[in-house]
Formats: sequence, C-alpha cells, structure tokens
Amino acid sequence: MKIKHMAMICAAGFMAAQPAFAHRMWMLPSTFTLSGDDQWITVDGAISNDLFFPNHHALDYRNVQIYTPSGEAESVEDGWRGRYRTAFDVHLTEQGTYRIAEEGSAWMAFYEEDGERRRQRGSLEELQEAGFFDNPAAEVFHSRRNVETYVTLGALSTTAFAQTGEGLEFRPVTHPNDVYAGEEARFAFTLGGEPAAGLEVEIVKGNDRYRDDPGTITAETDENGEFSFTPEDAGRYWISTSIRGEGEHNGHAIGVGHSYVVTLEALGL
Amino acid sequence: MRATLSFTALSLLAGAASAQSVDLGIELPRLNVAEYHKPYVAVWISEPDHSVVANLAVWYQLDDGPEGHGEDWLKDIRQWWRRTGRNLEMPVDGVSSPTRGPGEYTLSFSSDDDRLRNLEAGSYVLHIEAAREVGGREMISIPFEWGEDVEANFSESGSEELGGVSLSIRP
Repeated sequence: MKIKHMAMICAAGFMAAQPAFAHRMWMLPSTFTLSGDDQWITVDGAISNDLFFPNHHALDYRNVQIYTPSGEAESVEDGWRGRYRTAFDVHLTEQGTYRIAEEGSAWMAFYEEDGERRRQRGSLEELQEAGFFDNPAAEVFHSRRNVETYVTLGALSTTAFAQTGEGLEFRPVTHPNDVYAGEEARFAFTLGGEPAAGLEVEIVKGNDRYRDDPGTITAETDENGEFSFTPEDAGRYWISTSIRGEGEHNGHAIGVGHSYVVTLEALGL
Repeated sequence: MRATLSFTALSLLAGAASAQSVDLGIELPRLNVAEYHKPYVAVWISEPDHSVVANLAVWYQLDDGPEGHGEDWLKDIRQWWRRTGRNLEMPVDGVSSPTRGPGEYTLSFSSDDDRLRNLEAGSYVLHIEAAREVGGREMISIPFEWGEDVEANFSESGSEELGGVSLSIRP
C-alpha cells in the first residue's frame, strides 16, 4: 500500500497541531554511544507522563524496526511487553549508527448512529469493507507515529537515517549521537521529502519528575525545515513534533496525523 | 615512582638541527576508594578548534579481562572518543598501551617523532583526559605554541582523577 496523502498535505498546507497526545511516547536505549567490536544494548519503550519513567502504557517491540549502519531493516525477534513498558535487546555487530524506530499506523472512522457520534478503529481493509470510505457522513482518519532513537557503535554514520520521502521524517543536521551540553544541535523535519516549515517542536529533558518546572523548550522549524536548540546540561532529551491535516486516500478525503518522537543524549564536554 | 617511556620510532630520526623535545608529566593520584580501577587515559594534541592533529597516548585495558573487552570502555574517555577515538582503528601502534596505577609518569617525544613530525608552527592545545571505572572523569587542556626553538614550560593541577600535569618543550 502506497500512501500518497502526505504529499497532498504538503501541497495544500497543513496545520501544526498542538501536541496531539497528553502522554509522551518514547524509546530509551541503555547506552547511546559505544566502543568496541560487538556490543549489546537494551531498549525500553513506553508511553508515559514522566520522562523516562514508564507509568502509563507500553509500546510494542513487535512494531520496532532496527535500521543498521549497512542499511538493512531488521525486526526485533525477541522482546517482552509488560503493562507499562516493552523491552528488547539489540546486538550491535556493525560499526556505525543504528536507528531504532517504533512505527505505528492506525485508522479510525467517525460516524453518527442514532444521533450519537461514534468512533471505530480498525485496519484500512476493515474500514473499507465497512463502507466508511463511501459514506459521505463518515470521516476517516489515518494517524501515524514514529518513535525513534539513535545509537552508535564506533564512528558515526548516516546510512540508517530515514530517507523514504514519505510522511513526516527526521533529518539530522547535527548527528544525533554528536550532541553536547552547551553546543547548538540542529535538526530538520521533512514532509513528503520536502522541508517541513513552521512545525512546532517540543524538547524536554528527562527526569522532569524532579523539577517543578519541566523546562520545556519549544522551537519552530524554519523554511528549510530546520530547528536548533542548545542543551544546557548533559542528559537525555525528548524531542517531539506532530502534524495534522487533510489528505486523501484513493480519491477519498481523509484526515491525517503524524507524530514523531526522538530520544537523544547530550554528553558533557 | 618515576617511569620513563621511550618510543622506538623517535630516536631513529633524531639529530636534525631543528629537533625539539617534548616532555609530558602526568601524575595519577592515589585515591582512597573502596573499589579502585586504574584509569583510562588519553593524551592528544588539537588545533584550538578541537580538530585533532596528534594522538600521543591512550592507556587502556588492551587484553580481554574477566569484565569484558577493554575497548568496551574507551568511549568513557568521552572527549577523546568524540574528537578522535571513535574514528581510530584500535589499538594504534605506539599510542595504545596498558593502564597504569597511581604514580608520576613522563612521556618524552622528539619533534621527529611520527606523531609530531607534521606539526606546523602555530597554536595548539594539549589534552589529557582520564576516566576511571566506578570513578570520575577529568580533563586538563594546556594551550601552547609550537615552532622552531620554542622553549616553554607549563604545569597544571588536576583536582580528582589527575594530579600534576606538565608540558615542557625545549629546542
């Protein structure tokens, strides 16, 4: 299935949505920067209020793809999903940068029945079979999410960076494993492969549980889709943005949303 | 204790009229801690903008031990790892050597040494970074001028993981 509607949003313009989720999705690797020839890391994935404490809902390791330095995409073969957190190990055997991505896609239809607004979740096929696409009174909504992190064994590399040209994608300018406290880090977003200007980006340092003020940093992408921020302290940072707008699927108007999250580590100088 | 390290390559080409000699003093303090591991130490020279021009020494666990591969922890010398370590194929001949315990060490180099031969006259920074397992990490940076007939002495004191550090350049 090829989804073209993101390109449509890009042409038609889109609204940068306010954070579409009250809770924060994240993936957290045990180590971001490694040396040696052969290493293991363990990764947690959750949706929670506090960063990075699992306390609400688990992500699912079965939705995770590992993009290796040589450009392969591998699924996670062995993992565990508990109530609040999923966990899986990644065996790093290649030198370079790995991208670990939880990729979710959900379809929903809103319709009225007996004067009440109802919602039905299901696969694209299920919603098609149920006739929602042909029902002018129904609204179909497709939401996607990418929850990522980057880990490097040895020298930095960039082959694992996303470059499908489809949907909302993170395009690092500063390498995600080359972020340091006190130094400006610059990243970009693309939508349908084109710079995504005007996106509101939210940046929160981990351990907000222990701060009265979470210290959220907001940034807006410029005409090149780029934004920058300077992490004040060493630590783990959560970066998130999302879009919401109108799209189409096989000629039918639908609503679309795409959320993106990346967890990065800033090291001290 | 004072140990002098000599590097075989440097004596072969020594004797040129312009040869400078460089002595580095590094003190690793004795620490009164329950669990002591010898620190990983890296010594390198960069331009003022941090681009690395010479790796002088990396002390780390060269052999695999009961706690794993020594190279696993090289990234904990985190500034060195960022600036140069992660792009090196370890071990590096003449640069890699085993960890050392508390003591005072002198590293002597000649400007004819492979690592310094291509160093053009100008401003540089010497960096000494130490990171200890279950311990702290400390880095000392000493800016210096390099050129013919330079004579200079610098000394700095570390606070935790490094003791006295000195750099002496003589014609």
